[in-house]
Amino acid sequence: MAVIYDSAKQNNPALEEIRSVFHYRDLIFQLIRRDIVTRYKRSVLGILWTMLNPLGTMIILSIVFSQLFNMRGTYPAFIITSLIAWNFFSQTTTASLSAMLWGSSLFQHIYLPRTSFVISSIGTGIVNILFSLVPLILIFAITKSPFHTTMLLFPLALLPVAAFSLGVSLILSTFVVFFPDIAEMYPITLTAWMYLTPIIYPEKLLANILNGWLLYLNPLFHVIRVFRMIIFDGISPSASEWGLAAGISLGTLLIGWLFFTYSSKSFAYHV
Amino acid sequence: MSKFPAEPQSNTAIFLNSVSVRYVLPNEKMGTLKEYMIRAIQGKVRYNSFMALNDISLDIKRGEIFGVLGRNGAGKSTLLKVISRVLIPTQGRVWISGVVSPLLELGAGFHPELTGLENIYLNATLLGRKHKEIEQKIPEILDFAEIGDFIKAPLRTYSSGMLARLGFSVATAWIPDILILDEILSVGDAAFAQKCSDRMRLFRESGSTVLLVSHAIDTVRSLCQRALLLEHGNMVEIGPIDEVSERYQHMIFG
Repeated sequence: MAVIYDSAKQNNPALEEIRSVFHYRDLIFQLIRRDIVTRYKRSVLGILWTMLNPLGTMIILSIVFSQLFNMRGTYPAFIITSLIAWNFFSQTTTASLSAMLWGSSLFQHIYLPRTSFVISSIGTGIVNILFSLVPLILIFAITKSPFHTTMLLFPLALLPVAAFSLGVSLILSTFVVFFPDIAEMYPITLTAWMYLTPIIYPEKLLANILNGWLLYLNPLFHVIRVFRMIIFDGISPSASEWGLAAGISLGTLLIGWLFFTYSSKSFAYHV
Repeated sequence: MSKFPAEPQSNTAIFLNSVSVRYVLPNEKMGTLKEYMIRAIQGKVRYNSFMALNDISLDIKRGEIFGVLGRNGAGKSTLLKVISRVLIPTQGRVWISGVVSPLLELGAGFHPELTGLENIYLNATLLGRKHKEIEQKIPEILDFAEIGDFIKAPLRTYSSGMLARLGFSVATAWIPDILILDEILSVGDAAFAQKCSDRMRLFRESGSTVLLVSHAIDTVRSLCQRALLLEHGNMVEIGPIDEVSERYQHMIFG
């Protein structure tokens, strides 16, 4: 029997969206594939760019800052670990914004689960972060930084970063439909956020400012900290540290999902 | 409209019960958050509401080819959005049986750097198809689109005719429950146009419901039995095509 759509029997939009995303999972796969393939197709260095990018930034930052932060030998390994996590967050959130703007013409004509573009941006980010593990391993080897067994927890530590990024992306994407200039403002916000988070400098630098509240109130700090602990420090995070990262990221995701799905009804009203 | 049913019947494909769409637009264009903030602080945010659709009731049967007539801005596009689930109406009930497939402006969602084949997969998944379904249809799509060896080349190397053929082939590869045609397409040369109309006939014979939207009376007249005439979001007339198109002609030419 044919599928029935009845606007009088609207189910919970948040759950409806999950069902719909599952139904459209092949679309999400195609969108990820498109992003990866088109990014590398026409450039000579191809996939190498994903690896050269953090490498280049790492080298510049190492030259500039390693003296300043007094972590000479370990700084390159430290910075590349942080950068990989940060790049994931900044690239996926930025990509979801442009994906929403790109998709808005499609949304006006065909029914699609609207979260699919945002989810696929996160998916693309996961593929890219896997590629950037190559320069990470390279730097650890060159600088003779120890390879820890906790590194095997990488997939587990990536989850909070991904969930947090998805949550933030959903909130941003909702706003950008109503106010397109969010897309212009976001890069500035990102820059500020990067400098307020211990990405390029060790966290002890902020520990004494405002009794450390500058750190603790920054949700991204807790998420990236766990990531850095298992990759760079080789420390297994405590249950409370895991709990904090999981709570913050899943909480953000939940808020983002509800906010997005409940607002998406009115997306088409904003031409 | 006393005979209008309160509930969709067993042979109903599209059912609308006093559907209204009200757009609420800010008085002045406030496209940016900055402007919005400034105006909000000044207390100058005022809204105008405007009815894009007003109390529309429809009952389209399965297999029917139904026309929607009206001038630009009469609410035709809004009606399509409501039926294709893109817009949830402000008031009223929309009930649809089956999958609605709109024939997009051909190639919406195509990517110039991907090959023709990759674009088929991308475009078909956008239309809600599964990977496996697409795989099975590939030979048929390729055969219909007549792209030849170009199918392995990036889309940016295609001529506009090839693009249109590829888009049409993907969009019509599956027999839809409900097909939305926004203006009749003229795709490619005469031979391809013939294939297109053959495919439309196949849909009709297979029981697809077709919603044909146009401001060209002749095309609607030649294909539809019934039609709806819209003006300023209101139903002016619904019924047999001859009566509706006559009324429309009066409306245009006075």
